[in-house]
Amino acid sequence: MAQTVFAPWNDPDEKPLIQFRGVTKRFGDFTAIDNLTQDIYAREFFALLGPSGCGKTTMMRMLAGFERPTEGQILIAGQDMSRVPPNKRAVNMMFQSYALFPHLSVWDNIAFGLKREGRDKDKIAARVEEMLRLTRLSKFAKRKPHQISGGQRQRVALARSLAKAPKLLLLDEPLGALDKKLRQDTQFELMDIQEKTGTTFVIVTHDQEEAMTVASRVAVMDEGQIIQVATPDQIYEAPNSVYVADFIGDVNIITGRAAPQGDKVAIRFAEGQPEIIGTTTKTFEPGQEIHFAIRPEKVAIDTEEPEDTPNKLRGKVLDIAYLGNISTYHVELPTGLIVKAQTANTRRISRRQITWEDTVWISWTDTAGVLLDR
Amino acid sequence: MKRFTWFNATALTLGFAFLYVPMIILIVYSFNSSKLVTVWAGFSTRWYGELLQNEEFLDAAWVTLKVAVMSSTIATVLGTMAALVLVRAGRFAGRTLFSGMIYAPLVMPEVITGLSLLLLFIGIGLERGVLTIVLAHTTFSMCYVSVVVSSRLVTFDRSLEEAALDLGCSPFEAFRLVTLPIIAPAVISGWLLAFTLSLDDLVIASFTTGPSATTLPIKIFSAVRLGVSPEINALSTLMIAVVTVGVIIASLVTKQAAIRQARDERMAERPA
Amino acid sequence: MRRAFLIAVPYLWLVALFLIPFVIVFKISLSDVALARPPYMPQLDLSAGWDGVKSFFAELDFENFAFLTTDDLYWKAYLSSLRIALISTALTLLVGYPIAYAMARAAPEWRPTLLMLVILPFWTSFLIRVYAWMGILSNEGLLNQFLLWLGAIDTPLTILNTNTAVYIGVVYTYLPFMILPIYSALERMDDSLLEAAEDLGCSRLSAFWLVTVPLSKNGIIAGCFLVFIPVIGEFVIPSLLGGSGTLMIGKVLWEEFFSNRDWPVASAVAIILLLILIIPIILFQRNEQKQREAEG
Repeated sequence: MAQTVFAPWNDPDEKPLIQFRGVTKRFGDFTAIDNLTQDIYAREFFALLGPSGCGKTTMMRMLAGFERPTEGQILIAGQDMSRVPPNKRAVNMMFQSYALFPHLSVWDNIAFGLKREGRDKDKIAARVEEMLRLTRLSKFAKRKPHQISGGQRQRVALARSLAKAPKLLLLDEPLGALDKKLRQDTQFELMDIQEKTGTTFVIVTHDQEEAMTVASRVAVMDEGQIIQVATPDQIYEAPNSVYVADFIGDVNIITGRAAPQGDKVAIRFAEGQPEIIGTTTKTFEPGQEIHFAIRPEKVAIDTEEPEDTPNKLRGKVLDIAYLGNISTYHVELPTGLIVKAQTANTRRISRRQITWEDTVWISWTDTAGVLLDR
Repeated sequence: MKRFTWFNATALTLGFAFLYVPMIILIVYSFNSSKLVTVWAGFSTRWYGELLQNEEFLDAAWVTLKVAVMSSTIATVLGTMAALVLVRAGRFAGRTLFSGMIYAPLVMPEVITGLSLLLLFIGIGLERGVLTIVLAHTTFSMCYVSVVVSSRLVTFDRSLEEAALDLGCSPFEAFRLVTLPIIAPAVISGWLLAFTLSLDDLVIASFTTGPSATTLPIKIFSAVRLGVSPEINALSTLMIAVVTVGVIIASLVTKQAAIRQARDERMAERPA
Repeated sequence: MRRAFLIAVPYLWLVALFLIPFVIVFKISLSDVALARPPYMPQLDLSAGWDGVKSFFAELDFENFAFLTTDDLYWKAYLSSLRIALISTALTLLVGYPIAYAMARAAPEWRPTLLMLVILPFWTSFLIRVYAWMGILSNEGLLNQFLLWLGAIDTPLTILNTNTAVYIGVVYTYLPFMILPIYSALERMDDSLLEAAEDLGCSRLSAFWLVTVPLSKNGIIAGCFLVFIPVIGEFVIPSLLGGSGTLMIGKVLWEEFFSNRDWPVASAVAIILLLILIIPIILFQRNEQKQREAEG
C-alpha cells in the first residue's frame, strides 16, 4: 500500500485550520509582527524558527489569546478569534517555563483544565490516567512538580496541555530546558504523541535542528516576517535567501556577479579565480549581484587535481575540525576566502592523508549549490 | 506580561494615601499657629521655637540618643558574634537553648521583656537609669542584629576565608580582612535597625528606667496621654524629617554603589 | 579557645539578661504580694542556709494564677486581646493584600520605590504614628470635620477611645508587616502560571483564587502571624487610641505593675500571656520551616 505524502498545503481543496490575514502586532514603537499572512493546516507539525526577537513567540501568544493583533485577523477553523479570551479557546499551550502549578500534584496539574470544564469526576480521572500513561508518568502522579526531574516536568506540561484534547497545541521552546541527549529522545516522543493524538502542533524554537527533526513544515522568521515556509528538506536544500541558508546548518556563501550561460549561470567572484558554474530556475541579469550557497558536505576535497568537474578551486588547508564521524576542513583560497569542506571519516585516522598547510583541490558539481539573489 | 489595571492603580493610591495622609496632616498641623490643634489659624513656626526652649524635651532627646548609640553599638558586636555562632560554630552543648534565646525576644511582648528585666535589676540592686536602659535595649536589639547578619552569613562563600587562611592570615585576620568587609552592609543595616528600635522604644524603657533618665518616647507618651498638642506635632515632624532624610540618603548611597558596580563591570568587560 | 570565647560572650549575655529575668518573673508569679521593698514575699534568705532555701520554696504557690481565674477582669482581658488581635489581623490582611498584589504587578522599575514607601513608615516612630491618629479620630478631629463638611453625618462620630480606633491604629502601624511577606510571595510568582491557568479555561477571577491565592498562602500566613503575635501583647495602641472599655492584656499588665504595684499578679499575667502566645509562635515557626524546605 502506497502511503500518501502528508502535504495538505499543496491540496487546493484543503481548508486551513489557522489563518493569519495581514496580521500586524506593535508594542509601542516596536513592530513585532509585520503584515503577516500564513495558513496552517490541521494535523500539521508547524515550526516557527528564528532568532530571539524575530516575532515567533508573539505569533504563538496571539494564537493562545494572550496578545491581540494590532491589525489584521487570525482565524481558527474559520472563526475570527480577536474577541475570544484565552480561556474560551480550544487551544492549549505548553509554556517554555512549563508553568506547572507548584502547589498542585502532577495529577492535579493534569486535571486542572478538565476540572474547569466541569466534567464529572470519573471522566476526569479516566482522562488523567490516560494522559499519565501516554507520557509515562503514572508512577509520579502524586508528586509535586519540584519532586520530579526536568524531563518529567516537561512531560507533565505536555500532558496537561493535551488533556483537554485541544484542536491546536502550542509549544513554546518545549525542549529548551533539557540537556542535549534528553532533547533528542524527547523530540521523537513529541512526534510520536502528535501522530497518536492527531493534534495540530505549532512549535516555537530557536534550535534549527529541533525544527528540522520534528516539523512537517518550518517557517523561518526574521524581524516580524516569515522569510520562507517549506518542508525541512526544502529549507535545507533549497533555501530562498542567504538568511535562510545561513540560519539552517552550516553553509559557504560566495558572493559575485552573475553571467547567465543558457540554463546555467557563471559567477565571477574574484580576479584570477575560475568562475563558479551553478544551475538555477531563476533568471539573473548579467552583472547582477549573486550569492552562491553550498553546504560543506557537498564540497569534495582532494590532494590531486580532480578531473571532469565543472567547479574546482585550489587552496591551502588552514584548519581541521575533527568531530568523530566527520571532519571539516577550512580551506583558504589565494584570495583569502575560506571555504569549508566536509568529509565522512569512513577510514581510521592514520589512513587519511590531508593535513595542515597542505595544498588541496576543492570541487563540486554544477547542481550542488544554490544561487540566491538576496 | 504584568497586568496593571485600574484595580491595581486604585489599590496603590488608596493604600499609600492611608499610609501617608496621617503623617502629612501631622506635619501640616505642626505649622498651625493656634493652640487648638484641630483648628487651622494660619502658618507659624511658633511651636518649633517653643520646643527648642523646652529643656525637658532637649534633655530627653539627648538621653535617647546616648542610649541608642551605645545600645546599638554593643548590640551590633554581640549580634554579629551570635550570628557567627549560629551559622559557623556547629554543634555545642546548649545550642538549642542559644538559638531559642536569639529568636524568643523577637516575638516576646515588650511588656514581658520590660517587666522581667526590671525585676532582675531590682533583684540585683542595680540603680535604674541610662545604664539599665542600655542593657535592656542591647539585649533585644542584638537578636535583631543577629538575624540580619546571619541571613547574610548563610550565603557567604567560605572559600574566600579559606583562601585568606591559605595565603597566611590568622583566623582573626581572615575575619577582619575578608569576612567583615563583605558582610559589612548587613552589619551596618543591623546597627541601623538596632538604633531605630532603641529610639522608638517606649515600653521597655518605661520599665527599666529610673527617675534619673527619661527618654523621648517616655516624655512624648506622658504628654500625648493628655491629648494632642502642637508642640508634639512639631517634635514628630522633626523626627519624621530626620528619618526620611536618613532613609533617602541610605537608599541613594546603595543605588549609587549599585550603579558604580554596574559601570565598573561594563568597563571590565571592554577590551583594553 | 577562640570558639569558646565567641560562643560564651553572647551566650552569657543572653542567659544573664534574658533567661534569668524570665526565671525571676516565674518565681515572683508564685510569690505573694507584700507591703515591702521589693513588694513581694518570700525573699530568698541565703544567710539562713539550707533552711532558708527550703522555707523559700515552701512559700511559693499558684495562688496568683488561681486569683487570675476568679477575677473575671483577667480572663476577659485575655479573651478581648485575642478577639481584637484576630479582628485587626483580618482587617490588616484585607487592606494589605490588594496593596501587596498591586505592588507585585507594578512595573519592575517602580517596585523598589514602592517597597521603600512601604518600609519608610516602619523606620519612623511607632508612637508618633499612633499619635497621628489621635488628632484625626477625635470628636473635633479632622475626620469628623471632613464628614460633617460632606454632610455625611450631623453629629460627630465617637471614634477615638473605642475599639474601632484600636483597629484603625493596628492596621495602620502593622500594615508593612502584612504587605512585605505577601509581596515577596507574589513577586516571586511566575506570570506564566496565570497564563497557563487561563489557557486551561480559568477566568481571571478563578485564576486568582486557584493559583494566586494558594501560591501566596505562605506569605499570607507569615503576615498574619507577624501582626497577630505582637498585637496580643500590644500596649501603646490600646492606651492611646482605646477607651476605658478596651481591655487588652498588655495594658492590664502595665496597670497592674505601675498603678497597683502588684508584682506577683503582674508576673502571673505575663506567664499566662506567654503560654497563650506559644501556640501561634510554634505555628509560625512551622510555617517558616515549611517554606524554607519548599524553597531548598
